[in-house]
Amino acid sequence: MAIKTQPVTVNLGPQHPSTHGVFRMRVMFDGEEIVDVEPIFGYLHRGSEKLAEERTYTQIVTLTDRMDYVSSMLNNQAYILAVEKLAGIEPSPRGVWLRMIASELQRIASHLVATGFLLQDLGALGTPLIYAMRERENILDLFEMICGARITNSYLRPGGVFMDAPEEFWPALERGLDDIVSTIDELEEYLSGNEIVFSRTKGTAVLSPELLINASITGPMLRASGVDWDLRHRAPYDYYGRITFERKLHTASDNYARYWVRVQEARESVKIIRQCIEQIEPGPVRPSFDDVPRLLRPPAGDAYAAIEGSKGELGFYLVSDGGISPYRMHVRASSLINLTLLRDMLIGGQFGDLFVTFGSVDLNMGEVDR
Amino acid sequence: MIGLGLRRGFVVTFKNFLRPAVTEQYPDRHVGLVGAAKEAGMNPFQFLVKKPGDSLKAIAGLATVPVAVEQSPRFRGNEFTFFEDRCTACASCAKYCPLGIIEIVSVPGKIDAQEGESYKLEVFDIDIGRCMFCGLCVEACPYDALHMGSQFERSKYVRDELIITKEELFDAEKRPSSWYRPQFEENTFDPFKETIVDHHDAGRHERPSDEDLKKKWVDER
Amino acid sequence: MDQAFLDNSLWRNIYCVLAGDSAQCASREYSSGLLPGGMEWLAFLIAAAAIIGLFVNGVLGGVIVLIWGERRLFGRFQSRTGPNRWGPFGMLTSVADAIKTMFKEDLVPAEADRILFNLAPVLIAAPALLVFSVIPFGIGTYVADLNIGVLFIMAVTSLTTLSVLTAAWSSANRIAILSALRSIALLISYEIPMALALVGIIMLAGSMSLGDIIAAQNVPFIIVQPLAFFVFFLAAMAEMARAPFDLTEAESELAAGYLNDYASMKFGIFFLAEFMAEISTSAIVTTLFLSGWRGFDPIPSHFWFGAKLIAVLFVIIWFRMTLPRLRVDQVLKFAWKGLFELTLINIVVTAILIAIWPQPTTSQLWMMAAINWPIAIISIWGVSKLLGTSSYDKPQPDADNPEYPVGSEEIPAASVYKAESTSQAQASNEGGD
Repeated sequence: MAIKTQPVTVNLGPQHPSTHGVFRMRVMFDGEEIVDVEPIFGYLHRGSEKLAEERTYTQIVTLTDRMDYVSSMLNNQAYILAVEKLAGIEPSPRGVWLRMIASELQRIASHLVATGFLLQDLGALGTPLIYAMRERENILDLFEMICGARITNSYLRPGGVFMDAPEEFWPALERGLDDIVSTIDELEEYLSGNEIVFSRTKGTAVLSPELLINASITGPMLRASGVDWDLRHRAPYDYYGRITFERKLHTASDNYARYWVRVQEARESVKIIRQCIEQIEPGPVRPSFDDVPRLLRPPAGDAYAAIEGSKGELGFYLVSDGGISPYRMHVRASSLINLTLLRDMLIGGQFGDLFVTFGSVDLNMGEVDR
Repeated sequence: MIGLGLRRGFVVTFKNFLRPAVTEQYPDRHVGLVGAAKEAGMNPFQFLVKKPGDSLKAIAGLATVPVAVEQSPRFRGNEFTFFEDRCTACASCAKYCPLGIIEIVSVPGKIDAQEGESYKLEVFDIDIGRCMFCGLCVEACPYDALHMGSQFERSKYVRDELIITKEELFDAEKRPSSWYRPQFEENTFDPFKETIVDHHDAGRHERPSDEDLKKKWVDER
Repeated sequence: MDQAFLDNSLWRNIYCVLAGDSAQCASREYSSGLLPGGMEWLAFLIAAAAIIGLFVNGVLGGVIVLIWGERRLFGRFQSRTGPNRWGPFGMLTSVADAIKTMFKEDLVPAEADRILFNLAPVLIAAPALLVFSVIPFGIGTYVADLNIGVLFIMAVTSLTTLSVLTAAWSSANRIAILSALRSIALLISYEIPMALALVGIIMLAGSMSLGDIIAAQNVPFIIVQPLAFFVFFLAAMAEMARAPFDLTEAESELAAGYLNDYASMKFGIFFLAEFMAEISTSAIVTTLFLSGWRGFDPIPSHFWFGAKLIAVLFVIIWFRMTLPRLRVDQVLKFAWKGLFELTLINIVVTAILIAIWPQPTTSQLWMMAAINWPIAIISIWGVSKLLGTSSYDKPQPDADNPEYPVGSEEIPAASVYKAESTSQAQASNEGGD
């Protein structure tokens, strides 16, 4: 006699330990297999885009910090690039180098968090997560040294950065880079032979490159499928044209490939920072207030600038009507767009893989809901 | 496949098991006998003989030593530092604040023989409860009157107590952070050890001598 | 009086002091008992109650210490300090937690089956405590030395799953039921290799009594029966749902699994039972494989038992700190395709060895070990190969390929997306400036 089974609908979230914030999924199971997934979000909506319409261009920097709160420097950078494009500001070279260093450090921190939480979702009970967070802490200490804050940096300003890095920052940065490399080595040592991690992550949630491109997905998720698409290389912004780095690609497009690409990118970021340290030149970190006044009034028009964020293409679209605040700001939030394929990734998979796949997307609910 | 590769993971965790902890204990740290003796400024044997009670406590793991958290001098803390003598009540900070939490009320004030006409600052309130410590007000201040503070312990039980008034700012210990104040970094001012007493020391220029002031304000008129 | 009681020195001492010189206390000289004659039944009851009280409170105290120790060890493994605020070295943290748990509001979900909901904590705590009744903690220190001790342990530990199912079903929570189903799947799969792993030991010792098994361990059975130890240890970890088999409670998936709707002391009892299971598993491993309380003479037997117990606990905690969780199908596959075969190999090999040396002496045990170790290593390697090759569900693009090929410059589906800036960006990167 065949056993009659019936799918069960379970509500996961918004208060769930592994949803990386306040995210809700209505999941239909047949036994352990996932039949249907409905992502529901918006629990962290703060109306950042609307708030930006009544703030000056400098004040909006503080809003961008709070969108993707594990990579605020990258948000700052994307926004500032859009403002510079809109107002036609020529940034000062030292400021650009400094913000490149800061944003690459932030990328490492973000990838460390992503890797740590992926392993946490695998059920490693916090140990590798804490090793990753321990290293991120060193990066945050460096941020505190240059800009006085650890998470919500607000370090960048139109035309450069807020303040030059202090003397003690440079030796600390050198030490920090060595530490980062050794921590990544340690994480890889932990993972390189770990059959449990392999069997859990390899071959799960495979997505085809065509689907990824059609869904407009960017970042490590796309590169894990073998598509060579990195804005730092395809459309270099800031001084990335003067930097040589390897684009790390993986072709498997599964959870393991996504993790692998992130870890390798963190290694490449260390190399990029070392090149930035070599090439940085003395000078002012931001244009004088005569060139870039505190209260910017960009000419009427619009501008879109995008960077390669830690989670994908992070773009800011600004429309100016000539006033002191933008007429409209729109954010191309990579987390939100990467989330769109969640259903394709999960259906047909196992319940045990649900949160691993979810973690491998590397979402930040602050960015999804804005 | 299953088995041999896991060994590396065990080695990594065991290495970390043998390493000292990286976390900091706050606000005080539990110390053993050696740490307690060091804190008292003597060697462990002396400590055992002179303070048997304290050393027993230390051996039992109950002795604590206060801990100062390592911070950068640029740390944007929430104990704002404000020099009323430097303030011209221009309200730049209030205008620059993204959240509009600084309230300034000024009235035309006295006419000083030395410094000329000035505004009198009646109200200067910062609503710390809504502040996000972006530091834009400090960036806006043209006369270096307002600074971020280095301290961060400002939790209160009542929301209203989070509003810092002018008087409170005036009486507070002045430990300004060097965030957007390069002069402090040039003078190697350490906010965790020193305080600023004279408001002239907080400016970005050298304090003019009395003669120069007299020349400028009295002789030239 | 049963011989099983007489061997128990603790029971006998209390009984003889109370009841005086009776037939059971022939081995010792007591002028007269504290109780008048004819009250032997009362002495019996008092002695039994004293021992039960001692063991239950001892185990609960041990759990409190274990929770503290485990959290300290977690801290050490994770480069942090662990609990250190309350009491010396944070030792009173668990006490504070226990008090807090007791004073929390006792919530029962509206749709819950109240009777079963309240019964489940009792059901889980009772078997967890019962296991301790057959474990010898030292010479003459046990509640009962059953002649079917091993069988008793197997029977009692499997009761835990019943209470998990009761808890999940009565709380009318879908996540809890998923957790309970996993728990049952684990029980059914791992009970068999666990029992079969012990067959080799029973054959060697010639008895199911834990006392006899300890007596037979002139060489600790971990050396003589490595394969049995490997299987039993992993199966025991799965049985008590510890990492990497903590599917029942899978924190990152099921939140707390079957415990989702429990609060206050009911949750506390589940929590205690979980840690009791940890201690009892370590005690069983110590008894069966590490020669229990045996050791050098000047150091008392209880100390030996404790030291071995702590070592086993440390390994369990180390496992938990290091290994990620396996998926359900992988766990079950591991039991049926991996451990089951290993136990069969072990039984066959042990049977042959017993046929050669029916009453093994110490030197013969060493020779058995010398034969068993290569067999263990080869069979574990072979079974691992067997397990590793079969793939699950979806095809793996490059699972066995250590080299990760770097994708081509071309966008794979040119028809889907036209990359305009490809050549220009390429030039700027190659130029290097």
